[in-house]
Amino acid sequence: MLRRTDYLTKVYALGHSLEVYERQVQGYQAARKVLLTMTREHVVDEAKKANIRGRGGAGFPMGIKWSFMRPHPTKPAYLVINADEGEPGTHKDRTLMELNPHSIIEGCIIGCYAIGANVAYIYVRDELHLSKERLWGAIKEARAKGYLGKTPFGKNYPIEVHVHTGAGAYICGEETSLLNSLEGRRGEPRLKPPFPAQAGAFGCPTTVNNLETIATVPAAFMLGCENYSKLSALHHIGDGGVRLYGINGHVKKPCVVELAVGPTINELIYDIGGGILGDKPLMCVIPGGSSTPLLRADEVVNAPDEKSPLHAWHGKSVMDVPLGVDTMRGVGTMLGTCCITVMAEGTDPVLAMLNLMQFYHHESCGQCTPCREGSAWLDRTVQKLYDGQGTTDDIALLADLANNIMGNTLCAFGEGTAMPALAFLKKYRKEFEAYATGARTKAQARLTVD
Amino acid sequence: MAFALTPERENELQDILTRYPTRMAATIPLLHLCQDQNGWVSEEVIQFVSQKLDVPPAHVQGVVTFYTLFNQKPVGKHQVWVCRTLPCALRGAGDVIAQCEKKLGIHVGETTKDGKVTLRTAECLASCGTAPMMQVDKDYHENLTPERIDAILTRLQES
Repeated sequence: MLRRTDYLTKVYALGHSLEVYERQVQGYQAARKVLLTMTREHVVDEAKKANIRGRGGAGFPMGIKWSFMRPHPTKPAYLVINADEGEPGTHKDRTLMELNPHSIIEGCIIGCYAIGANVAYIYVRDELHLSKERLWGAIKEARAKGYLGKTPFGKNYPIEVHVHTGAGAYICGEETSLLNSLEGRRGEPRLKPPFPAQAGAFGCPTTVNNLETIATVPAAFMLGCENYSKLSALHHIGDGGVRLYGINGHVKKPCVVELAVGPTINELIYDIGGGILGDKPLMCVIPGGSSTPLLRADEVVNAPDEKSPLHAWHGKSVMDVPLGVDTMRGVGTMLGTCCITVMAEGTDPVLAMLNLMQFYHHESCGQCTPCREGSAWLDRTVQKLYDGQGTTDDIALLADLANNIMGNTLCAFGEGTAMPALAFLKKYRKEFEAYATGARTKAQARLTVD
Repeated sequence: MAFALTPERENELQDILTRYPTRMAATIPLLHLCQDQNGWVSEEVIQFVSQKLDVPPAHVQGVVTFYTLFNQKPVGKHQVWVCRTLPCALRGAGDVIAQCEKKLGIHVGETTKDGKVTLRTAECLASCGTAPMMQVDKDYHENLTPERIDAILTRLQES
């Protein structure tokens, strides 16, 4: 169900200053209320009711994550915000940093208070210079107003927010890599446990939240967390609130839009994205960043069991299922970041997979052998097929390589490489075979719509 | 010759150090400051960062080699990064790269003879909704057309 909202995006067209934020959307009222009238425990309990599923891709409930934080007798706690947006096809967090930076700062104030932290670090990928500038500007304004510092809103609870920059490594979007990078190290993932809530940044209890997750917190507390959750079409399955949706690839009007949780892919493509370039038929969609397995246009939901949460859509197109953490899991993929990449009929799936395997090969941090060697081998093998030098054995080899990465790495990068690879191989088997037999060659391969 | 920051950047470093509980945490921000000044991370820069932050040079070297954005050799005056990843590729990134190579007379990964422009491809720069795109130094150029690419590169060549 398509329902436009503007809790996060109202100020996009009005300006990014503190003055606009306060006047137009009652900015900092939520943080003021939280700090001056609520206890920490109360804040966390309320936050759980908002059913905010992490906006970074994994979809973990934010309130529950906050509740893992326990005061430590000697160590401070930290809030770390992941703004290393780099998942191919994801372009939403950047809009918040550039156009509504104060929602992030206000979210950090509430988040710090809720988890018992006095310092928040916003980890922004280095390339986003304008985003960093806007965030620093917002911090400066908030500090000048007394919303940050030793006594925010007059409360004796010091809060500081700092922007930290990366240096061009996709893996730093993985939370433990991000923490290593924040500490000044190579951005290699850590073995879990300990989880960040026990030993995160600088060995201290830490919560890592996605940037959009924290930016939506003020809206949730303004509305009342339960009311906020109910805005979603999927409130009843614990997937609440509003989100930013990105639409990119072969659509007429690529964009970022704010909607109540639960639109369908078809609604995003045709009602928001203006339809497909050249009015071509849809071939497939990557639903939430390149690590989420693609969905073909002709796939239908198979949920004959009445107890299945997807039973209501049994026999219907997957493109008509509301986008949610659990609904997308139900159709064999992941919701991911809610930014869909649309491919029109005529796109070459082998070339598309090659493009993504080059990405994973380049970005594997190299720490775990199955991922380091596997991603390179996947890249080389797809290239071989694409160059017309492969055989059907190479198709089996690709699946074998992907299956040997799955579950054998420290972090989810391995699955993030293997899952989309397996989806391409399974769902476009005929096209891969055509390359192997020479029935199709790279001379005809296209990624663009003419 | 030993490397040193300009007084202005040295002040910025002092400010950066106040943000973290350890000196090591300033490694990446300090390397950025040094590269802004020097253009690349030389052996002297590594020594400087090591001494400033009281961390082994091998640690700094390890960080430098891990991250794509630290230049391990001298580069051109301007950095052009064209996003090549799938969402941009679906909107014509391949043509953007070809046009840049032709106009600049170099291949991806190379620097023009006059030292003005280094051309590289980038992995997803979070600009998929405004593809194709490229980054020139600190600025994003989005929704690229052949005319705009031509104008941007001409400006760099004439700089």
